[in-house]
Amino acid sequence: MKVSMTVNGQQRTDEVEPRLLLAHYLREVCGLKATNIGCDTTSCGACTVVVDGLTVKSCTVLAAQADGAQVTTLEGLAGPDGELHPVQRAFREEHGLQCGFCTPGMVMAAIGVLADNPDPSDREVREGLEGNLCRCTGYHNIVRAVRTAAQAGPTAGQVPQAQEVQA
Amino acid sequence: MSILGTRVVRTEDPLFLTRGATYTDDLVDDRLTGALHATFVRSQVAHGRLLSVDASAAREAPGVVAVFTAEDCTDLAPIPAGLPMVPPAMIRPWLATDAVRFVGDIVAVVLTEERYQGEDAAELVSVDVDPLPAVVTTADSARDEVLLFPEAGTNVMAAFGEPAPEDFFVGCEVVVTQRMVNQRVAPVPLETRAAAAAWGEDGRVTIWCTNQGAQQAKGEIAGWLGLDPARVHLVTPDVGGGFGAKIGADPEYAFVAWLAQQAGRPVRWTESRSENLVGMLHGRGQDQVVTIGGRRDGTIEAYSLVVDQDCGAYPRVGIILPTLTMLMAAATYAFPKVHAQARALATNTTSIGAYRGAGRPEATAAVERSIDLFAAEIGMDPAEVRRKNLVPAFSEPHTTPSGATYDSGEYVAALDKALEAAGYAELRAEQTRRRERGDVRQLGIGLSTYVEITGADTGLGAAESAELEVHPDGTATVLTGTSPHGQGHATAWAMLASDQLGIPVEKITVLHGDTDRIPRGGGTMGSRSLQQGGAAVHQAATELIEVAKQRAAEQLEADPADLQVDLTSAGLSVRGTPGAGITFAQLAEKEPLVVQTRFEAAAPTFPFGAHVAVVEVDVESGKAELQRLVAVDDAGVIVNPLLAEGQRHGGFAQGVAQALLEEVLYDADGNPQTSTLADYPFVSATELPSFELVDMATPTPINPLGAKGIGEAGTIGSTPAVHNAVIDAVAHLGVRHVDMPTTPMRVWRAIQQAQQEGTH
Repeated sequence: MKVSMTVNGQQRTDEVEPRLLLAHYLREVCGLKATNIGCDTTSCGACTVVVDGLTVKSCTVLAAQADGAQVTTLEGLAGPDGELHPVQRAFREEHGLQCGFCTPGMVMAAIGVLADNPDPSDREVREGLEGNLCRCTGYHNIVRAVRTAAQAGPTAGQVPQAQEVQA
Repeated sequence: MSILGTRVVRTEDPLFLTRGATYTDDLVDDRLTGALHATFVRSQVAHGRLLSVDASAAREAPGVVAVFTAEDCTDLAPIPAGLPMVPPAMIRPWLATDAVRFVGDIVAVVLTEERYQGEDAAELVSVDVDPLPAVVTTADSARDEVLLFPEAGTNVMAAFGEPAPEDFFVGCEVVVTQRMVNQRVAPVPLETRAAAAAWGEDGRVTIWCTNQGAQQAKGEIAGWLGLDPARVHLVTPDVGGGFGAKIGADPEYAFVAWLAQQAGRPVRWTESRSENLVGMLHGRGQDQVVTIGGRRDGTIEAYSLVVDQDCGAYPRVGIILPTLTMLMAAATYAFPKVHAQARALATNTTSIGAYRGAGRPEATAAVERSIDLFAAEIGMDPAEVRRKNLVPAFSEPHTTPSGATYDSGEYVAALDKALEAAGYAELRAEQTRRRERGDVRQLGIGLSTYVEITGADTGLGAAESAELEVHPDGTATVLTGTSPHGQGHATAWAMLASDQLGIPVEKITVLHGDTDRIPRGGGTMGSRSLQQGGAAVHQAATELIEVAKQRAAEQLEADPADLQVDLTSAGLSVRGTPGAGITFAQLAEKEPLVVQTRFEAAAPTFPFGAHVAVVEVDVESGKAELQRLVAVDDAGVIVNPLLAEGQRHGGFAQGVAQALLEEVLYDADGNPQTSTLADYPFVSATELPSFELVDMATPTPINPLGAKGIGEAGTIGSTPAVHNAVIDAVAHLGVRHVDMPTTPMRVWRAIQQAQQEGTH
């Protein structure tokens, strides 16, 4: 079947199996390998991406279900000149990543947390990220990173608009 | 000012945060074009006679290129245990032949054009098993009534030590004994296992796989397949966590290489999480009996630890874990008499291997629970019992009755720092108030002190290689035999080179994990990397400066003794002659400026610390919540506090998870009950507080950096502190011990039982 969607600002149409997961579509068809798959039960959140402004676990969405949607992955966050998104920047400053496997999903989920609550407490960050598992950091520096990112203001809770990425 | 000891943010991160790391499953490589996908068919039965494997329907399924069963792999010799003490009858066949021995045992493998086709076809492989009774616990195993390997005549894979002398506790005023479980847990690196292999026209195979040391993985794969090691090129891409479970190679990795040879096409394999939770090594899995005896004034006179190690179905590193537990049995204490003994036992479960701490957390958990049990028995504050029995500060080597020789330690100071930072007296006062009020939410305060062994010689030597080259453009390259998978070696090794050469960190590239470029290496495990691999980089920089001085002396017509490093210019200057000098980059213009070196560690090091955990337990539901974790972790000199703290945080989380939540469970028939992340209670952000870190740094004389290992300490210290805290919270209700994980059900039952016993 045919699916059309905008991925990181680029419109594309592909022929896919109806059962193809969005996570595999992004990785295998679009070649966007930042989005990782860490489980098969929607538990770990490594595959989290933003679809039409909402964070979703792309292992639990069919590519077909995202037909017509705007999808943003980690690769779509930095500015055209390479300027890091506030959440990306904060993860680096606060050492919020180690092996990096949960990171793409964690960054996208953090953006979702900040979209809902621009100035969360530690507890609110922890609750917001409950569906994203990390084995390396003990979450300590991830929580700090999200709170640091919040200081950047409303952009921390937003993904770039399509035209910005295209530029 | 030296860059060492400063919080340098990671050079790895910009790529990881914008394009993502490149893990094995992410690889795009011409050599892997047209790769087939391997899907393993695994036993769904824990123990049984394998009657038949019918792959005929699978062979007809869409996209299937080949299906291999045991009869298709007869030219592969069984996988040797690699451990001299293991009976030869316990070796593992590549594919189950006459028996299946755990849920997850491989019975067939399917090669398909596409990944999804493999899952479809694997379901069509018909496996006929005549079930046998499953051996699930160490107690079942030790009875030897059902044998996993009948030819071996026993389920005992290895035995260590002797029983304690009968008079071991004679003369003690108080003797306390307790059976306790250090439960089986799953390492769960977020990246599951993955491998890819491609054979070249030159007869060499390139294997990409996720591991903790390319050189060891290569050696194992070559050995298992009977290949000349020169024909194997192993590459370690970025690795999404290991925690010990990715040490060496797994049989699946070698199998992928063999399959690629059979198929004449490259082959890839990436397991699912549900496959990972039965197929990847598990950790811990000890049943322990502790006995501790001493005087009513708190002096401990004798301590005994007897371990039954669950090894799972086939021999892996789990067999030797109890030897590390035994080595560290004396822990931080000056006990006059220490006894330890262990058996390693086969069960119809996933094999046990190393998991963050690997044998040492089990030793610490045993002794720290014992101290609390003893303190409770004599009615003394557990901090006081510890203080009374800790080894006094030492800077000369201290040898314990268990046979370990500690390099340096200040255990009392570590404990006092932790107690002070936690506000121990006020915590006890608050606990008393809550007890007097009969609050539903009671406070528990748990302590641990620990010492562990890092950088131990695990048979491959306590040494590490490094190559350092400065290029004419002013950049430098470090080749290391360590194998980072989150630890930040690219940053830390660059700092070590930069510190001596003045070349900025961002101009130094650190490479690892390619056996053609780096033939020797010990990998990253056992908290060895900085003290051996980092020390090798430091040594390489020192040696490179000497080479540069000789070369510069000729070019500048100066005495080498008059040359000194000028960090500002990243070169050498002539003492007393302002303006005269040459950069390292310039010295590399005519011929390469490169050194290769190997750092040999004289001995392991022994990091130590003390943790204080504060929990609240709801006595009506049994639910324990960790409120605070205060940690003193002394790993000697710290190169990058940001990275060292990150190691501690991650270790704490895994340690807390073992105390409170995580456990791999099997039913009585050996069926795994925790084989997805929906079932396995992997610790999440909501179950943890932010941690309170206290600094302490006692240098070691063992290496020029003064550094000890920090990778596993957090796990080792945190588990018993939290465990003790949960029990402390309900001790006034008569609870003496609760096994880990201290789930609400367990704690609630312990309260009910204690109260019933109290009323009779």
